[in-house]
Amino acid sequence: MSEPVISVNKLGKRYRIGVKLEEDRSFREALLNTVKAPIRNFKRLRKLTNFDDNKKPKPLALNSSQSAQSDDTIWALKDVSFEVNKGEVVGIIGKNGSGKSTLLKVLSRITEPTTGCVEIKGRISSLLEVGTGFHPELTGRENIYLNGSILGMRKWEIDKKFDEIVAFSEIEKFLDTPVKRYSSGMYVRLAFAVAAHLEPEILLVDEVLAVGDVAFQKKCLGKMSEVAKGGRTVLFVSHNMGAILTLCNKAILLDEGKNMMVGKPKDVANDYFCKSGVKELDIDLSCRNIGDSIARFLRIRFINKHRRNVDILMVDKEFGIQISYQIIGKGYKPGPNFLISTQKGEKVFQSLDACSDNIFEKGTYESVAWIPANLLNNRNYVLTVAITTHNPVTIHCQTDILFDVEDNLNAVTRGNYKLQMHGVVRPYIIWETKIVSKLMH
Amino acid sequence: MADTITNPTLIIKPKKGWQVIDFKELSHYRDLFYFLVLRDIKIKYKQTVLGASWAVIQPFFTMVIFSLFFGRLAKIPSDNIPYPIFTYAALVPWTYFANSLRMSASSLVGNTQLISKIYFPRLIVPIAPILANLLDFFIALVILFVMMLFYGLAPTPYAIVFPLLTILMIMIAIGVGTWLSALSAQYRDIKYTVPFLIQLWMFSSPIVYPASMIPEKFRFWYGLNPMAGVIEGFRSILLGTVPFPFKMIAMSTIVSIFLFVSGVMYFRRMERYFADVI
Repeated sequence: MSEPVISVNKLGKRYRIGVKLEEDRSFREALLNTVKAPIRNFKRLRKLTNFDDNKKPKPLALNSSQSAQSDDTIWALKDVSFEVNKGEVVGIIGKNGSGKSTLLKVLSRITEPTTGCVEIKGRISSLLEVGTGFHPELTGRENIYLNGSILGMRKWEIDKKFDEIVAFSEIEKFLDTPVKRYSSGMYVRLAFAVAAHLEPEILLVDEVLAVGDVAFQKKCLGKMSEVAKGGRTVLFVSHNMGAILTLCNKAILLDEGKNMMVGKPKDVANDYFCKSGVKELDIDLSCRNIGDSIARFLRIRFINKHRRNVDILMVDKEFGIQISYQIIGKGYKPGPNFLISTQKGEKVFQSLDACSDNIFEKGTYESVAWIPANLLNNRNYVLTVAITTHNPVTIHCQTDILFDVEDNLNAVTRGNYKLQMHGVVRPYIIWETKIVSKLMH
Repeated sequence: MADTITNPTLIIKPKKGWQVIDFKELSHYRDLFYFLVLRDIKIKYKQTVLGASWAVIQPFFTMVIFSLFFGRLAKIPSDNIPYPIFTYAALVPWTYFANSLRMSASSLVGNTQLISKIYFPRLIVPIAPILANLLDFFIALVILFVMMLFYGLAPTPYAIVFPLLTILMIMIAIGVGTWLSALSAQYRDIKYTVPFLIQLWMFSSPIVYPASMIPEKFRFWYGLNPMAGVIEGFRSILLGTVPFPFKMIAMSTIVSIFLFVSGVMYFRRMERYFADVI
């Protein structure tokens, strides 16, 4: 049974990104620009659907650098080719912005590719989000039908599975209540119940498993592996390496829109960790000249407790952030500090070297901040490192670094629990549980 | 059931230029069509006190105001029938058309979530509210029949073309609705254009005044406003105000077909960008 049901051939997708408008420098210019705005706006909006056909890139030119292109377009996918055979469960991994979601959107026909083509044999359904098209004013019953038909089910199919869907969602009592009165847990359960009863030959799934309460998550993971065992082809995007390793028999690694590797999940996962590790965990900044006349960065790297480079940051391993910098000017008392935040911009914590206040001679410095084990969760963070003077507050140099912390399924903080642990941090909490009295039968 | 078993290979690749309507695909998604129309009907009057009465209140009170100011005070002629029923007969199709246009034009932007997360024939989105509005149209029509009884007016034999005029009216709504919704995905100006357009269109249609006020030689060209043909046609066949205006309706039919075909074609041409630009 190794006939390809999905063959993707040199797929490319180009998006137009906004170009910053120039600011008005004078009142006269502001006035003039207001008058000219409609024409400019029209040109700008028209460009959204009008890629200049004269400058249309030939497929061969795709590999050349982006600077050859007009500067306000990006290739979210470039030259992606792979095949998926019948019955395979394929995981798509890659960093944020590597084109995973765009790939799913193209495969599910939501958006059209710019170049290349895809051949799909079989009935295909996509699940990019649970509860697509749910209407808050409609009741649970009405939404089951609406959502089911949106996902591509026929009315008779929904009729047939209706009782099963209701049983799976555990909301029998609220079937005739508008879903806007549901708790968010109930809402997700109902939405997932409909989705779980889809029976396409090919299923495309975007990270939808990170929803609902724990018991329900387990039920969904169970349903997923059931689907996979049923001989159906599944393509799914996930950050949950555990799920990819246990459910998939093939994985595709995307990096900046190109597929870097197709193969066994284990190999691809290793490759992913190595690539993202080496590239980002040791950064030489000496040539980038970040800084002012007082201080500048030389190098920022992540180290293990033996002060060596690390390939991968684990939730249950201590690691250090080593900041090398030069103080080249006088008159200030600069010191290193950092802020860790999530990619959404939520601040996790800030730290500064409270003892460095008395060092301000010119010279090259190296500071290490030790992040204890079992503090960060497995997710990506943004590390903002800066050299600042606190009085008067002056930032001499500052840079952002993205880093991922990976999970260890044996981590002490998770015990036997195998699903995603929630939260921006995952501290090690001491638990005490003892039996107080035994229940007699 | 056959359509779920035999599946031809689906090919996804960049499309160029104009697309024809894929009727086979539309028929495959007919259940979704049905549920979306049902949704639009059901949510319309959810959590309202007066519910479906709104379908009547809107044209009825407009009629009262129009009768007072245009009929009684401005003394606008009404083809020798009482002004209230004269204007109400026009307000029934007009209210349907205006509401359909408003809902259809905003339908794509209102369903962004759906469009960016799942595939289905996009044409369903602007057409569903137009079909859902038909219910209101028929409710308002019942009141018209009651008023005809009250005023003792009987429909003419031409009333058998009523379904054709209704189809014409739906076609105009779909034509303009597809144009505006496709444009609004890219240009949000449409949001501000629609109320304005509806107002101008209303006064250029024979609602407060009869088409007979237009000089005879221009009346054929008046049909360029397709709603003029529809409204004048409705009044002629149901109330017998004027002889059946063949020429004007012929003109309106041509314009309606043009609007319908061009609107659907433009929509099909632009739909590939919806998920990216909306």
